[in-house]
Amino acid sequence: MATFDMNDDSVVVVIGSGAGGGTLGTDLALKGVKTVILEAGGRHEIEDFINDEWTSFGQLAWTDARTTSGSWRVARDFAGLPAWIVKAVGGSTVHWAGASLRLQEHEFKVKTTYGDIQGANLLDWPITLADLEPYYAKAEDRMGVTRTNSIEGLPGNNNFKVLEKGAKALGYKNVHTGRMAINSAPRNDRASCQQIGFCFQGCKTGAKWSTLYAEIPRGEASGNLEVRPHSHVLMIEHDASGKATGVVYADKDGNQQRQKARVVCVAGNSYESPRILLNSASSMFPDGLANSSGQVGRNYMRHMTGSVYAVFDKPVRMWRGTTMAGIVTDESKSDPSRGFVGGYEMETLSIGVPFMAAFLDPGAWGREFTSALDLYENMAGMWLVGEDMPQETNRVTLNHSVKDQHGMPVANVHFDDHPNDVAMRNHAYQQGSAIYDAVGATRTFPTPPYPSTHNLGTNRMSENPRDGVVNKWGQTHDVSNLFISDGSVFTTGGAENPTLTIVTLAIRQADHIAEQMGQGNL
Amino acid sequence: MKQTGLKHAEEAPRRETLDRRQLLKGAAAGTILVMSGALISPSEAWGLEVVVLQPETMRTLVLMARDIFPHDRFADRYYAIACKAYDDEAMKDLVEGGIAALDAMAQARHGTPYAGVGWEADRAALLRQFDGSPLFAKVRGDLVVSLYNQKEIWAILGYEGESASKGGYIDRGFDDIDWL
Repeated sequence: MATFDMNDDSVVVVIGSGAGGGTLGTDLALKGVKTVILEAGGRHEIEDFINDEWTSFGQLAWTDARTTSGSWRVARDFAGLPAWIVKAVGGSTVHWAGASLRLQEHEFKVKTTYGDIQGANLLDWPITLADLEPYYAKAEDRMGVTRTNSIEGLPGNNNFKVLEKGAKALGYKNVHTGRMAINSAPRNDRASCQQIGFCFQGCKTGAKWSTLYAEIPRGEASGNLEVRPHSHVLMIEHDASGKATGVVYADKDGNQQRQKARVVCVAGNSYESPRILLNSASSMFPDGLANSSGQVGRNYMRHMTGSVYAVFDKPVRMWRGTTMAGIVTDESKSDPSRGFVGGYEMETLSIGVPFMAAFLDPGAWGREFTSALDLYENMAGMWLVGEDMPQETNRVTLNHSVKDQHGMPVANVHFDDHPNDVAMRNHAYQQGSAIYDAVGATRTFPTPPYPSTHNLGTNRMSENPRDGVVNKWGQTHDVSNLFISDGSVFTTGGAENPTLTIVTLAIRQADHIAEQMGQGNL
Repeated sequence: MKQTGLKHAEEAPRRETLDRRQLLKGAAAGTILVMSGALISPSEAWGLEVVVLQPETMRTLVLMARDIFPHDRFADRYYAIACKAYDDEAMKDLVEGGIAALDAMAQARHGTPYAGVGWEADRAALLRQFDGSPLFAKVRGDLVVSLYNQKEIWAILGYEGESASKGGYIDRGFDDIDWL
């Protein structure tokens, strides 16, 4: 692995090592670009992962202070934990479930498709599905997505079988074990899935794609990539011409370091990326770096989510096997006759007893609650994930009254559901319950959204610099050598789990950056 | 039981002093007795030394924990384990004050402290009144982890926990559902 000097201003600095940053940094290195990835968290390898929900959470999750506001229930039940994401090398690709779906064509042009929706800050992406298709194909091949590239689907586990039978009884047609970046057979030097059931706690066989072991080591082997764990970025600096010059970060001992840079790419997830930009305000950029539009931190999306769990009179043992290898896609189209625009997916989901107790109905107690847990063994579960409406007032801001361990103002996350989100969730609850009722569920539980895992939109991509933060390459409209490389660039969220699209955009961005560097434009 | 901080009754110092009077005294609160600075469960054969709190307070707390998350298949000891951390100077005022308030509510409605209220439904009604107090919020919130993160409880609920060291479920029933 390479090491670069702090004063080497020829390097590209990538902030974050997850789906966006880990992929981008690796690709740049493989193209011969000297790259430093700064990762706020530590490096935990496969052998370090723990099949235990709370212990693993303590090992991997981002638990630094954050605050919340707004009417979303998460702000009440998990006031300091608006998101369940990872602070470690690999970012949230360590704990993601593996679902890898392309966005649909209409989801790149929702303003055109849906028209004006009151209260929603809709905008078409400056790119189309056709623009991304070649990169989606590359991402799917690289990640080994099942049901693409002649890769077989994963076998269905008990939880899937319940979902499948109920969905088919209801007449749903598109029901299968998903497009999953989890090996159904050994591929790319990674093993096949052993149906361990702890996908969220880090895959113990490496069957699930993660930048931690599937990408970054390849970049490091090129000799062009240095990954620095425990490097928590505080701000990005710029010169008098308004170009980024480097990054100030706190190292593992809390000491401040300054890494100079030719190009800076921010991939810290939709909370930390706007937080860094806002915390980089200067006399030249008084509202934060790259924020002339005022859109940095705004239009925060978290997907319409919810879960349905159901109890049956016989055991299901849903925790056995791949957590999310099961999907019904029939409701993912946009059909306004249902009473809302956009669509949603229904995907199998299981959580263990510890997390079920915490998330089934936060704040609940008494026999209504415990009688559900008593039948944990007989439960099946699904996650509902759909397109939510971007709203300008849903946003990440700096909370100057709460500082983190480095003295940096924490992110406050404000969120209110849009009426379209509520209508969609209610429809999804109803359909999810109907699926289980069709298999003889004796009781179903509409379960409220968990702390967010799909954080999107806070540095959105726009054709016009007035409407967003970055252009179609993820390059900020205001600072030519500053890029955003994570899900925060999503103009709108689509109904699909976002990781595949984040990786796709990162592959495309790496091509663009290398090309522009080669032409002397960066 | 060593890791849980509970002692088997064989190790508890005063089991031999159990007598009929004390058994009867403990009857209203179930089977947990208060004796000489400890809670004793003759039926489950464990003892819990209580150092900072009044032992009666701890007994009420354990009962309250069961009434918050009542599982008929869970022995009292799991609730006692979950409550053990409250026997701490930093918690003392919150717990003693909160239990005193709960006891006062029970006295007003039933003429007995909380632990003497014989029917679960009556205690649950008191807890609904108590919901919103700092102690209730603290105990309910803590129990979500301190009760449900006990591995022995997972087994009671059928949850199998760690599986990687056993090779996952690929050969151990990940798709064995047979009633669909």
